[in-house]
Amino acid sequence: MPDIRFGLNGVETEIDADPDSSLLTILRGPLGMTGPHFGCGSGECGACNVIVGDHAVAACDTPLWSVANKDITTIEGLGSAQQPHPLQRAFIAEQALQCGYCVSGILMSAAALLMRNPAPTNTDVRTALDRNLCRCGSHNRMVRAVLRAAAEMQAR
Amino acid sequence: MTEQAPSPAAPTLPVSLSANPVLSSWIRFSPEGHVTVSPGKVEIGQGIVTALAQIAADELDVDIARVQMVRASTAGSPNEGVTSGSLSVQHSGRAIRQACAEIRQIFLAAAADRLGVGAEVLDISDGTISGPGNIRTSYWELAGDVALDRHATPGAVPKSSTQRTLAGNSVQRLDLPDKVFGHPRFIHDTALPGMLHGRVLRSELSAATLVELKENGARAIPGLVAIVRDGNFAGVVSETEAGAEAALGALRKGAIWSPGEVLPDEDRLAEWLKVQPAELTVIASKTASPPGEKTRTIRRQYTRPYIAHGSIAPSCAMAQWTGDRVRVWTHSQGVYLLRADLALVLQLPLENITVEHMEGAGCYGHNAADDVALDAVLLAKAAGGRPVRVQWSRADEMSHAPFGAAMTIEIEAGLDAHSEIVDWRHGIWGNGHTARPGRTGQPALLAATELANPFPRTIATNPAQASGGGADRNSVPLYDFPSWHIESHRLTTMPIRTSALRTLGAQGNVFAIESFLDELATERGEDPVLFRLRHLSDQRAQDVIRAAAKRASWKPAKRDGTGYGLGFARYKNTGAYCAVIAEVEGAEDISVKRLTIAVDVGEAINPDGVINQIEGGAIQATSWVLKERVRFDNRRVTSNSWTEYPILRFSEVPEVHVEVMSRSDMEPLGAGEAAHGPVTAAIANAVFDALGVRVRNLPIARDRLIAAMELTS
Repeated sequence: MPDIRFGLNGVETEIDADPDSSLLTILRGPLGMTGPHFGCGSGECGACNVIVGDHAVAACDTPLWSVANKDITTIEGLGSAQQPHPLQRAFIAEQALQCGYCVSGILMSAAALLMRNPAPTNTDVRTALDRNLCRCGSHNRMVRAVLRAAAEMQAR
Repeated sequence: MTEQAPSPAAPTLPVSLSANPVLSSWIRFSPEGHVTVSPGKVEIGQGIVTALAQIAADELDVDIARVQMVRASTAGSPNEGVTSGSLSVQHSGRAIRQACAEIRQIFLAAAADRLGVGAEVLDISDGTISGPGNIRTSYWELAGDVALDRHATPGAVPKSSTQRTLAGNSVQRLDLPDKVFGHPRFIHDTALPGMLHGRVLRSELSAATLVELKENGARAIPGLVAIVRDGNFAGVVSETEAGAEAALGALRKGAIWSPGEVLPDEDRLAEWLKVQPAELTVIASKTASPPGEKTRTIRRQYTRPYIAHGSIAPSCAMAQWTGDRVRVWTHSQGVYLLRADLALVLQLPLENITVEHMEGAGCYGHNAADDVALDAVLLAKAAGGRPVRVQWSRADEMSHAPFGAAMTIEIEAGLDAHSEIVDWRHGIWGNGHTARPGRTGQPALLAATELANPFPRTIATNPAQASGGGADRNSVPLYDFPSWHIESHRLTTMPIRTSALRTLGAQGNVFAIESFLDELATERGEDPVLFRLRHLSDQRAQDVIRAAAKRASWKPAKRDGTGYGLGFARYKNTGAYCAVIAEVEGAEDISVKRLTIAVDVGEAINPDGVINQIEGGAIQATSWVLKERVRFDNRRVTSNSWTEYPILRFSEVPEVHVEVMSRSDMEPLGAGEAAHGPVTAAIANAVFDALGVRVRNLPIARDRLIAAMELTS
């Protein structure tokens, strides 16, 4: 099997695996990135969303071969406690979650939105997050947090 | 003879502390300057760990950053039963507050001893105990000398609400940074050294029998460690998760199942519930004297479907055997209760089993968390001492985990000549609302029913009324009706598995009562807010209704296709008060635009946490009301994906405004379940206001709305 190469959070990565494996299996398994969460396995909940190029995709139904030579960002690459992404700061400031299982996927959908549309409206945010499910009912806080992060990024 | 003044009641310990009286089981100090707080309740996304840390920090006078919260484990945590029923602050919070109050006194006395002054001149600030003339010591210095392995005694008086600096203020949740930065915190993201992966094979047919299992396909999958078979229970263990999935797929191809129990007709569910064998309980009955003169009666029937917990994470557990001892990691809501059931299945003494809590996703009640723990224990038996992690599939989670029980509710009001309520009858039909582990001396875990020597399926029952009841929760009106009779018919068969879902029966009962009151008010041409206030003598109840009405500018002018409705309840009739005004829009598809909520939770320990819980409950209830019902044919649950079981999406979520009443002098009450019933009723009543159509069968989805329209016209 030929190795598949891609950029993962800015690091050139090479993996020897079945090209039909799901990206999520590879991320959580051999690559040990547990930020993207398994929720449904069929791209229906968004808990495993990662950014490929500038779009959020469900890693669980993205085959490994399709990300060859592309750049992937996971929640681990979005920011860190020392250098948080404005979205991460805003989610803490707005206390925008309850259980938090869906939140890594939601942050990636939101980050992809802000890459394409730095000044989204409330409706834009809801549309961008519409494929992400949250069961605790933290939606409105999350929307507020995304708008807050966008405003902060615009002000810089 | 002289009359004696009644002596004040002897002080008693809070219930959790009384059951677990050793102070050191709750609180410990380290010489390095930390306080370890060890509650028996667990974090299920409700923020309880933060609220409990606040309470401890406040009572002990330490910075909250010094507080380290310990996850519950049967290896040493206080046994606080199950984390449910919005009781965590009431149970754990009171126990920790009381224990800390006593511990503070103990340390003050020890400090006074060491410093040679009276305790009354000493002060504590961030753990440093100081007095006049710059004398000082600290919890950390004294930690080695002060023995806390002693029983709590009643009598220590916790601080008054005005003396607390943290409780009552919003503090940031302690668990949030990990979750926002994607650090492993969930059980799902935890890897133990040498860990294997397991999967369990389950038929989509309900209670199916495994007739034949060909193993050769699965045996050919690389990484396979074991195939486990015990009666109808079958599973695989593999070196990798992908290997376990592949082996499961191969095993599925080699399995032949025969159908099990016949499921009821989904289209005739309400009627089916009413004719099943059932146990009748009279919940409450009172007769006015003299009885009011009844000139007519009005009767209505309301229903709700089975509702799925729908956790975003499928249930997950890990287990590891060492000889005849097993260690289990779980996101169960009750580690001791799960241990009790595991002991029954494994026929092992309790002390051979250690159950530790790790965070899972929000569960909203009894989902498959406990079931998957037994799965992991059974599969790990074949792992040669290595730990095994098992995770359910989305489809299994949506079809084999217990559901919130479907309910048929019939209410009849006797009215006098002035259309005033003189009599009230409320009947409930449905399965019990709890089949949690550790309660009945018979395991309530799914795999236990699948073994070659199976245990019978635990038929769900209802908690006692003193604990808030189950199907009957909130069925006794808080309103001042002169006479009533309330009864509950609990099914003694259970083809569709039910157990605790947030609010148990309260959502259905509040929907029914508040819808019916709305119907009666409409018939009298009376404003529904005033109608309710006229029947409520409880001041706190009146206050939340008035506050919600005021905030929503009740009642806004009528616009085409828009409607407003009110719903109110005091959760369990003893918990938080909540009033909701809903604004809806639509015709065939209803959209909820705004929910305006007033809530009284007594002392709000973390006000933002309360708002977060109420908002979340309101949005979840909106999802239940507009979209959710478990679907099934006569052999299997068919709503086993998010496509078949849709929930509310970001674009459909209403604005939610929450006003928390200021009651810092009152006992704190849980907030997690207060909003569901009132929101449900408020939406239904708003739909009537908008369209003139009374939807009495949840969910208020397009087909139900059209059926109700046909009935109306």
